[in-house]
Amino acid sequence: MGHFKHTLLGRLLADPMAVFAMLIISGLVLVALFADAISPHNYAEMNLVDRFAPPSSTYWLGTDNLGRDTFSRLAQGSRIALYVALVAVSISGTIGLILGMIAGFGPRWLDNVLLFIFDTLRAYPTIILALALAALLPRGLSTVIIVVVITSFSEYGRVVRTQTLSLKNAEFILAERAMGASSARIVFHHILPNVLGPFFILAAMNLPVVITIEAGMSFLGIGVPPGTPSWGATLKDGFDFIRTTPWIIVAGGLPLILVTLGFTFLGEALRDQLDPKLRKSR
Amino acid sequence: MLQYTFQRVLLALAIIVVAISALFTIMITLPGDPTTVLLGPRATPELRAAFRANMGLDDPVLVQIANFWGRVLRGDLGTDYNRNRPVAEAVFSALPHTMALVFGAIFWSATLGILLGAFSADNRNSWLDRVSGILSVGFIAAPSFVVALYSLLLFSVTLRWFPTIGAGEPGDLGSRLYHLALPSFAIGLAWVGYVARIVRASMLETLGENYIRTARAFGLSRRKVIYNYALRVAILPAVQVLGVGIGGMLSSAVFAEIVFSRPGIGSLIYDSVSGRNYPVVMGSMLVAIGFFVTCALIADLVNAALDPRQRVK
Repeated sequence: MGHFKHTLLGRLLADPMAVFAMLIISGLVLVALFADAISPHNYAEMNLVDRFAPPSSTYWLGTDNLGRDTFSRLAQGSRIALYVALVAVSISGTIGLILGMIAGFGPRWLDNVLLFIFDTLRAYPTIILALALAALLPRGLSTVIIVVVITSFSEYGRVVRTQTLSLKNAEFILAERAMGASSARIVFHHILPNVLGPFFILAAMNLPVVITIEAGMSFLGIGVPPGTPSWGATLKDGFDFIRTTPWIIVAGGLPLILVTLGFTFLGEALRDQLDPKLRKSR
Repeated sequence: MLQYTFQRVLLALAIIVVAISALFTIMITLPGDPTTVLLGPRATPELRAAFRANMGLDDPVLVQIANFWGRVLRGDLGTDYNRNRPVAEAVFSALPHTMALVFGAIFWSATLGILLGAFSADNRNSWLDRVSGILSVGFIAAPSFVVALYSLLLFSVTLRWFPTIGAGEPGDLGSRLYHLALPSFAIGLAWVGYVARIVRASMLETLGENYIRTARAFGLSRRKVIYNYALRVAILPAVQVLGVGIGGMLSSAVFAEIVFSRPGIGSLIYDSVSGRNYPVVMGSMLVAIGFFVTCALIADLVNAALDPRQRVK
């Protein structure tokens, strides 16, 4: 038990910002799991009598122009946010991890080709590319995920490549090679575990970015299909009636800000803990 | 430096050409009748036939891409069939508004970010430093379109300090800047955080250098050394980050333009997408990517000129 404070979790719990971040993220996961149980109303139910209702004991965060309960819609929205973030980050992370290791470990010409692809993909401003693709692809979460994957896997690729390159000539790898280890063994047993640290930090930092992209695309009407209670769609409903129902924008923005703050603080804390060089300089 | 500049410019051009050609290819090879995608479902059969012949849609893909770039080089970005005007005209009348927005955002993030970063480094490890560190992360994390919505609601709708829509009277600089202040702040806020952190980190590094110690040994005041000498060197990494950050700012500009009902590339693409006006989308993409890659290139070259170590990489 005495060693607990030296484990990763122990060190994170000693950092107040990390604790704050973990509380927010646990809150998000709990709300997403029990969205139906904690919602006082059905998120899609329209009470036309109670349109534009201000916050009250019946409608905690008021209602929108169709009389739908804002709180229930936001609770339901946490599922969409979490789902898109996890799926998109896993896909783009996996692609980036594989391509990055190939670029770092493979022949020089392949490295150059992959670097050029990474550079080219970085030239697309995410939301502008999303708009361009929205004219071609059907509206839905899969389009959101495709946009996120296209614009973000290169970022993982770059980080993994840099890490692999610096490991490739490290002494313990050279020793392993001298003992006759195959390339496959070196890549999977020695390089991969050493690349995962920075990779997971980047993934944690990217979760809030993806949540923001989904909300942003839904706000622009090119994300979730109409009627889906994404946070961005709720904000769009609020924006259309900003003078009549300002509470929708105020309430709709809060979960987004809290969740992005939570994941960002956690990413920061993880980086501080996993990267001792950074810990010293901060 | 000349060789480095040449390599970088060539790479930037290659990136623009490949990025746009890839989009163009996706567009023309997509299943379905491209004339429907390009002209919209309401186009007349005569228009379709003329368009097909005009665009050479029956040519091989590579020939079409080559023809596309041939037209672009002659300054022809195609025709906006919905409003019957050249795409170049629509795009280049929107571009200055977006550029003003992005440079306004850079102004906010550079001034506030550098001040905050230098202040943190000056007071390092104090509670002031910790507060400004938490603020910086908060700025970075807050989604720019929520910041735009909140500032619209607070400063324009509720307090009425700033206008809610438009880009101001043409020709009236005061009115333009007045309309620009809030949207560019909403875009720049995240970058205030980034710049502050980078300036703080590089400032702490710079303060450990020998020549700073020498300056102190010569009896220059602490304040003078920090704000006159160290800051000048510590700003360099921020220049590079802002150059690359213009891509993100262009994305945020889409939201700022829609939330504050401003003209610009973002609202132009947004309006064109809902009308499936594909030539305009393509032209706007070309200009947006061209603008971004050029800015990143300039930031890169400025950095290399100021810091020779960069050129080796």
